[in-house]
Amino acid sequence: MSKDIHIKKGLDIKLKGEAEKITEKAITSDVYTLKPEDFHSIIPKLSVKVGEKVKAGETIFYNKANEEMKFPSPVSGEVCDIIRGEKRKILAIKIKADSQQQFVDFGVKDVKAMNAEEIKSHLLASGCWPFIKQRPYDVIANPANTPKAIFVSAYASAPLAADFDYVLAGKEKELQTAITALSKLTTGEVHVSVGKNANSPFAGLNNMTLHKVSGPHPSGNVGTQINKISPVNKGETVWTINPQDLLIIGELLLTGKFNAERTIALAGSSVEAPKYYKTKIGSTIISLVDKKLKGNNNRIISGNVLTGKAKNLKENLGYYDNIITVIPEGNDYELFGWSLPVFNKISTSRALTFSWLFPNKKYDLSTNTNGEHRAFVVTGAYEEVFPLDIYPMQILKSCLYQDLDEMEQLGMYEVAPEDFALTEFICVSKQPHQEIIRKGLDLMLKEIG
Amino acid sequence: MGLKEKLHTIKEKGKGKKWLPAFEAVHTFLYTPNETTHSGGHIKGADDLKRTMTMVVLALIPCLIFGMFNTGFQHFQAFGEPVDFFSMDAFWYGFLKVLPLVVVSYVVGLGIEVLFAIIKGHEVEEGYFVTGMLVPLIVPVDIPLWMLSVAVIFGVVIGKEIFGGTGMNILNPALIIRAFLFFAYPTWMTGDKVWVSGAVERANEMASGADVAGVSGETILGSLAQGRDFAYSVYDMFFGFIPGSVGETSTFLILLAGLFLIYTKIASWRIMVSAVLGALVMGLLFNGVVNAGWVSEGSKFYSLMNTVFWHHLILGGFAFGVVFMATDPVTGSQTNKGKWIYGFLIGFISIMIRVFNPAYPEGVMLAILLMNVFAPTIDHYVVQGNVKGRLKRIKAKTA
Repeated sequence: MSKDIHIKKGLDIKLKGEAEKITEKAITSDVYTLKPEDFHSIIPKLSVKVGEKVKAGETIFYNKANEEMKFPSPVSGEVCDIIRGEKRKILAIKIKADSQQQFVDFGVKDVKAMNAEEIKSHLLASGCWPFIKQRPYDVIANPANTPKAIFVSAYASAPLAADFDYVLAGKEKELQTAITALSKLTTGEVHVSVGKNANSPFAGLNNMTLHKVSGPHPSGNVGTQINKISPVNKGETVWTINPQDLLIIGELLLTGKFNAERTIALAGSSVEAPKYYKTKIGSTIISLVDKKLKGNNNRIISGNVLTGKAKNLKENLGYYDNIITVIPEGNDYELFGWSLPVFNKISTSRALTFSWLFPNKKYDLSTNTNGEHRAFVVTGAYEEVFPLDIYPMQILKSCLYQDLDEMEQLGMYEVAPEDFALTEFICVSKQPHQEIIRKGLDLMLKEIG
Repeated sequence: MGLKEKLHTIKEKGKGKKWLPAFEAVHTFLYTPNETTHSGGHIKGADDLKRTMTMVVLALIPCLIFGMFNTGFQHFQAFGEPVDFFSMDAFWYGFLKVLPLVVVSYVVGLGIEVLFAIIKGHEVEEGYFVTGMLVPLIVPVDIPLWMLSVAVIFGVVIGKEIFGGTGMNILNPALIIRAFLFFAYPTWMTGDKVWVSGAVERANEMASGADVAGVSGETILGSLAQGRDFAYSVYDMFFGFIPGSVGETSTFLILLAGLFLIYTKIASWRIMVSAVLGALVMGLLFNGVVNAGWVSEGSKFYSLMNTVFWHHLILGGFAFGVVFMATDPVTGSQTNKGKWIYGFLIGFISIMIRVFNPAYPEGVMLAILLMNVFAPTIDHYVVQGNVKGRLKRIKAKTA
């Protein structure tokens, strides 16, 4: 069987403002923020107080349901604020960084000599565990399980996504170390996917299976690759991890330090000169975008335009994100926008929309919904951009009426919200597909576990 | 302050007020809203439901205009004062006859939509956009306006609103309206007079003793069902110079509209193609039965069974029903595989009803309504195929 993956169904959303392949050092952020909401379904228990000094890698909070699972500080400094919301829910922990960074020493490890249990407990203790996510449910992996395979997608097909080949170049040693470690945690293989014509640092590595991916977005989504390589059945688990987080794990094992440094792309049509920046997890948005944006009516997104989170200047880079996208807000009316021919927006239909004529044109899309929320009406459109062997509209509806049996039968164990980003994008009824799937997964997690 | 800002201020003031849905219906007609994304994807595609629906209305307009010409043409033809088809006389006569139907359909239908939107406090949905245009095109031109109003009220309330509005209905509202007319006023809808404007009036005059010649207002299918011959050529039937419901006669324009809807990806080509296939198969079967000599010339089914199989495609409301009604995504089959089965059965059953139901030889309406009811069942079995595949995967693993 071929190890290459080619998909036909999908849609490449080509946007203006792709990051140029130049890396600069971002302004160092004064304050770093950790938000428990980045770790879906985790209930945090704090292990620090305001005013306490922490080193980089020291535990800030841990998982109430599993105390071994720790969440580390990205920097050394002083805990300066803990922001709480309703019912004292912890919203954010802010850490004022030291000028001289100090790291907790977790010790240099020889991965080859370690067994699965040792690797697990080392990753848990050092706070690297949260980088590993699992399917079903798209939450942080349960360390008690053994996955049937581990998937890494080093091919980013999402709009304006950071190019992994560029940001990971020259990091073969760290990547290899991390992959060797992960390969001991699964009964199956570590599957790494790279672009078909890519010059990927993963190309020559061992202890993994390489897959070459081609086709439109969502070919780079790890969910698409899982579905094509080894779909999740009931009772099975697979783990997924982002390539940029492999670097942090690799460095931890090689040097004993939790180094939260990350190369991110600053992209989007509202960015003056889109390029790459070196920064750290939890940096404030303003340290990344200050004086780099056009105008002041913009949407700043930590993550890509399809799946990221909206942030204001005082908020922070999300824990898993490697891109900040900035696009214009679309909070304006458009005269006869529903009937006039459209040339400046993307559409999969040809209903007087002409994006099909210009497959290579790059668009400057805003956050306008281009219409109002409606019940599901149009059929057959989602299937054109949805490559998984799942009925998208039927599974969405089963989530809406919360029929657990049906959700299970239709393939909920295989999906994550991001798999429904494209169907959400083209949805004529403007239904919030990702939110529907997330709520469905949460319900299943609660009821079935 | 420009219009845009003025309307925005009114909208802000109206938040939480009862009349807001009515205002927003007008507002969103002028401007797409200033709504932005807040969860999930931050960008959205260009299409909304209004645009989708507009495309269908756009495709219907040629049929409407042609229907106006044809109404006048058929009238003058039947009354022995023939005029050219594309003449102002024909158009003006038809325009005055058809326009009231369009106005009544929209005013009554949209009135109910707005009423329900206000009661339920949601936005006015655009579903009636299309239904309102379909209705005048699928009724006989001489239908009394009060009858049309009653039918529209019934269709929108019972056919759609009680299920929860656009996207929730089980049966196609336009067809419910027509079926209501058919079953509630059968003497009117099934007569041989209503299909040509003025024929009913003339018949009434004759009944009251006036000394005028009778006028036939019969469709070709009606003639065939009675076992009579008709005087129209294939050319007439294809281009639509025949009596019938207002917009259904021109197969040519319907074909163009169908191609437009397929090209814009608004309507499902799978349903259209499979419905045509279904009709051809049924037509061939009937021709075969006749050729085999199983049906004698005296049989009341003979003339319709003996109709050349592909003529069924250009007769009656078949083409119109397949292109505009069977493809309704809400009431049709929703899976791609299901659409093939759904469409095929519509075509197949249409012709079957047409032949075997001499009282009302228009089968496409009943066939689509029937298949509307079965569409969820078809989808259920198609989706079960996917579910079984998933279960098989586990079995293969554990075996």
